[in-house]
Amino acid sequence: MASSKQFADLLSTKGFNFYAGVPCSLLSGLIRVLEDDAQTSYFPAVREDAAVGLCAGAYLAGKLPVLLMQNSGLGYCLNAFTSLNLIYRIPVLVIMSWRGEGGKDAPEHIIMGEINQKLLQTAGMCHSVLSADNYQEALDAARGKINEGLPYTLLVGKGLFDEGH
Amino acid sequence: MKGTEAFKEIIPLLTDEPVIHANGFICRESFNQKDREGNFYMIGSMGLASSIGLGVAMCRPNQKTIILDGDGNVLMSMGTLAMIASAAPKNLLHIVLDNEVYESTGNQRSLSKSIALDQVAQGAGYPHVKKVTKKEEIKPAFEELMGKSGPSFLLIKVEPAFEKSTGRVTHTPEEITSRFMKALAATDGRSPL
Ligand SMILES: Cc1ncc(C[n+]2csc(CCOP(=O)(O)OP(=O)(O)O)c2C)c(N)n1
Ligand SMILES: [Mg+2]
Repeated sequence: MASSKQFADLLSTKGFNFYAGVPCSLLSGLIRVLEDDAQTSYFPAVREDAAVGLCAGAYLAGKLPVLLMQNSGLGYCLNAFTSLNLIYRIPVLVIMSWRGEGGKDAPEHIIMGEINQKLLQTAGMCHSVLSADNYQEALDAARGKINEGLPYTLLVGKGLFDEGH
Repeated sequence: MKGTEAFKEIIPLLTDEPVIHANGFICRESFNQKDREGNFYMIGSMGLASSIGLGVAMCRPNQKTIILDGDGNVLMSMGTLAMIASAAPKNLLHIVLDNEVYESTGNQRSLSKSIALDQVAQGAGYPHVKKVTKKEEIKPAFEELMGKSGPSFLLIKVEPAFEKSTGRVTHTPEEITSRFMKALAATDGRSPL
């Protein structure tokens, strides 16, 4: 539980205060911490693009939102990222599990695992890879972009957050 | 009733509520009839006016939030109706201008001629749902639903009637964001409804 709890606490310290998404087993530990903490609330969206919309509304209403999702949902979100977040300057921190990283995963994840970073880059979405020793720097970089009104994605590989699954 | 007539009924009923508009002619008609700082115009992101409106309503419990949606937009994001019903913000009114077509792209038929969106909303769990077909019915239905503890759903059946010459929203997307946020912040400090 240590790493998820530590990261969730850091998110609160950095001012994030609205959480929504669609689960991934790689994020299960983090989602559990967010759901168990009375201070945070995590809203289960039905699809990733609906979570993007929800987070955008929360931002417009004064919150600092975090979207948790599996990279399988990236395709659903590209239109929202490019025709909403990027052009309206509506930031969101995206915590995206990196399924298929390094070609080692179930077959359905292999292609997206390989093109994940390229897709984000092509869409103009700033991102970096989260690891156990860069929580602070990664979130500072994210806050920097978010302060400019831009979305930021942190990719999360397998084993970083204690997984319930 | 024509879609444009429905706007003529709704707009005078608005005070300082944030109104999230679906993309296409809905934005354009509203903008041209009466631009408001509290109007959020979606120029893209079809289907997301409802989730954006939900986010605003959840985070601004001190005022009513209104979503002005289209049938095609609702059908694209039917799952969001479940999110709204489940989150159950008391301060949300979801209005749908149902012309049974994708009017903005040339009047191609949508599914709402045979799929009753009011029943879909009811089935999803909106506690208050109304359907109107005449313009005289809009004001009383709007006032009744605004007085209820929501989320509420108002289906307005209309005929396609937008003029192709109706101009686009002239504010840039960034301007839409900043004026909308300013309009919301002006209501800070109110107690929840
Ligand atoms: C993802 C996506 N698909 C298609 C479009 C093209 N498009 C723009 S407006 C629109 C119609 C929206 O239909 P509806 O909500 O019924 O509104 P109406 O045009 O009838 O007022 C479509 C299909 C789009 N903008 N985005
Ligand atoms: Mg329509």
